[in-house]
Amino acid sequence: MAAVAFRTAIRDALDEELAADERVILFGEDVAVAGGVFATTTGLYDKYGPERVFDTPISELALAGAAFGSAVHGLRPVVEIMFGDFLTLAMDSLVNQSTKYWFLTQEQVSVPLTIRSVVGAGGRFGAIHSQMPVSWFMGVPGLKIVAAATPADAKALLKASIRDDNPVLFFEHKRLYTLEGEVDGAEARLGEAAVVRAGTDVTLVTAMKGVHDALEAADVLERDHISVEVVDLRTLRPFDLETVLASVRRTNRIVVVEEGPVTGGWAGEVLASVAEHALGYLDDAWRIATPNTPIPYSPPLEDLFLPGAERIATEIRRRLR
Amino acid sequence: MSRVSEKAPTGVLDDLELYTRLYRQMLLIRGFEDLVQSLFLKGEIYGTTHLYSGQEAIATGVASLLEDRDRVAATYRGHGHALALGVDPQKLLDEMLGRESGINGGRAGSMNVNSLDDRLIGSFGIVGGSIAAATGAALALKRTSGGVAVAYFGDGAMNQGYVFECLNFCRVLKLPLVLLCENNGYGEYTSFRSVTAGEIRGRAEAMDVPAETIDGMSVWTVREAAARALAHARAGDGPAFIEAITYRFVGHSRSDPGAYRPEGELDEWKARDPIVLLRAQLEADGIDAGRLDDVARETSEQLDRMRAAGLAAPFPTALESKEFKD
Repeated sequence: MAAVAFRTAIRDALDEELAADERVILFGEDVAVAGGVFATTTGLYDKYGPERVFDTPISELALAGAAFGSAVHGLRPVVEIMFGDFLTLAMDSLVNQSTKYWFLTQEQVSVPLTIRSVVGAGGRFGAIHSQMPVSWFMGVPGLKIVAAATPADAKALLKASIRDDNPVLFFEHKRLYTLEGEVDGAEARLGEAAVVRAGTDVTLVTAMKGVHDALEAADVLERDHISVEVVDLRTLRPFDLETVLASVRRTNRIVVVEEGPVTGGWAGEVLASVAEHALGYLDDAWRIATPNTPIPYSPPLEDLFLPGAERIATEIRRRLR
Repeated sequence: MSRVSEKAPTGVLDDLELYTRLYRQMLLIRGFEDLVQSLFLKGEIYGTTHLYSGQEAIATGVASLLEDRDRVAATYRGHGHALALGVDPQKLLDEMLGRESGINGGRAGSMNVNSLDDRLIGSFGIVGGSIAAATGAALALKRTSGGVAVAYFGDGAMNQGYVFECLNFCRVLKLPLVLLCENNGYGEYTSFRSVTAGEIRGRAEAMDVPAETIDGMSVWTVREAAARALAHARAGDGPAFIEAITYRFVGHSRSDPGAYRPEGELDEWKARDPIVLLRAQLEADGIDAGRLDDVARETSEQLDRMRAAGLAAPFPTALESKEFKD
């Protein structure tokens, strides 16, 4: 099986869903004629035409509103908000319209929209093109948040997001776009985590770029005879608590690695849920996340800021001593 | 109600039966708002409400031209928008009262009413949010039924990013949207002139969107302008913009006595009460006053029955909600 780049997997998922369902439309800034700033929509405009795939003004308020209104009138819009940092501008319609509608219509009318957005640090993009906006949205009922770590998951989870009848935020980590991996075409369900490495001493829960850092750290720790089980959440909201609990009951320790500010992050939500349901199994529980500061630009500073494999390995070694 | 000072000319209304129905509709909206206010003061309606009293000609005139395939996004001052579209008045009142029989089961309340079956996408509690919702509806309708989306908003929304972004978005994509700015002179407690640069209509004109400013107190004037705007949007020529000059006869919300208004301003506007204007025109054009009195009496009786039924309706008892659709 040929290796496929993460960004190609995204493109292929969009292509297949546009082909499968004529209600699917794709729009955003530079997504059509230019093929996307991150080259994730190459060729789709030529293939599906301007009624299905179109460029828009730089108008995130309008984009989010267009997604909401069209989703409740029979379309299945896929919108690209170029950088996750720009979601602040799209937030009103997403939070106050799209995620409220199912409830306010007494569960009669759902809002099948997908917002794709590029997130994450490590690209030297500085404080407002590098953020991980997950925690801004964790407290929004009715919203799903998807975060893929591999090309295969990127394709399968994006297809599942577009087919989902609820508003979905689909985050693409900018440092994963060139990652290559096999894509077998298997389907995936939102809300299901994957145990990507079995282990016995500690459960490491993470997502996106963190999965690769975690696997690297687990390799290092294996030489020290520390066995790490790595759980890739894949969907951050709602997250797969059962898979996490099953793992923690075996390992009795949990560390959550989140690229995002430690205060108010999803790692805290995972730990709180584990404490509520499995406190008696826990010998240790902690978070590895980013400091409560904006993201620095200078490469040495940004590398210090991020929770990389080395820091993960060091912390686990210290806590398990 | 005040009297119209000038004598109305004759031969203005082209369809007297239609305008008699609109008279009933406007009386129902006014009476509904009076009922909401009285129930609010008795503690039967909660939180806050924003009444449409004085602005009835706009929603009534526009709705009288809409087709089944059209859609409307309303504001949090939306009871009139909903009633004009045909939302069941009893269910709307029950929603205000928080009852299980409300149009949204008591989940929505005054500011968030929706009823797609009646073409009402929703009422939106964020100033300008209606324009975003209607923009999306227009995007879909252009590709499906060929319907037009109408967004209501106030003068206060003119300084929100939604207006600028959605006007431009709909213009460049040629989407069938009618933007209806109900300029009632005040954004909440502040005169729109003191916080709004230039002319409202000019902002649409700058984007090559046809726009006109009209008398929002005259339902037949509203209908004429709305017909032009709807035809423009339906023809595939992109959005059209109407600024309807109007006045709310009450404060912004239930806690606002309207003390910021210059003395005499309310009385001047009440002399142009849209219901009084329409009644005078109907009489001038030959409808018997006794028949119009009957309409008023019947509406009043309808509201009395609604009040009793609403207050007798049960409250919801359980919040059984599924976060996601499967």
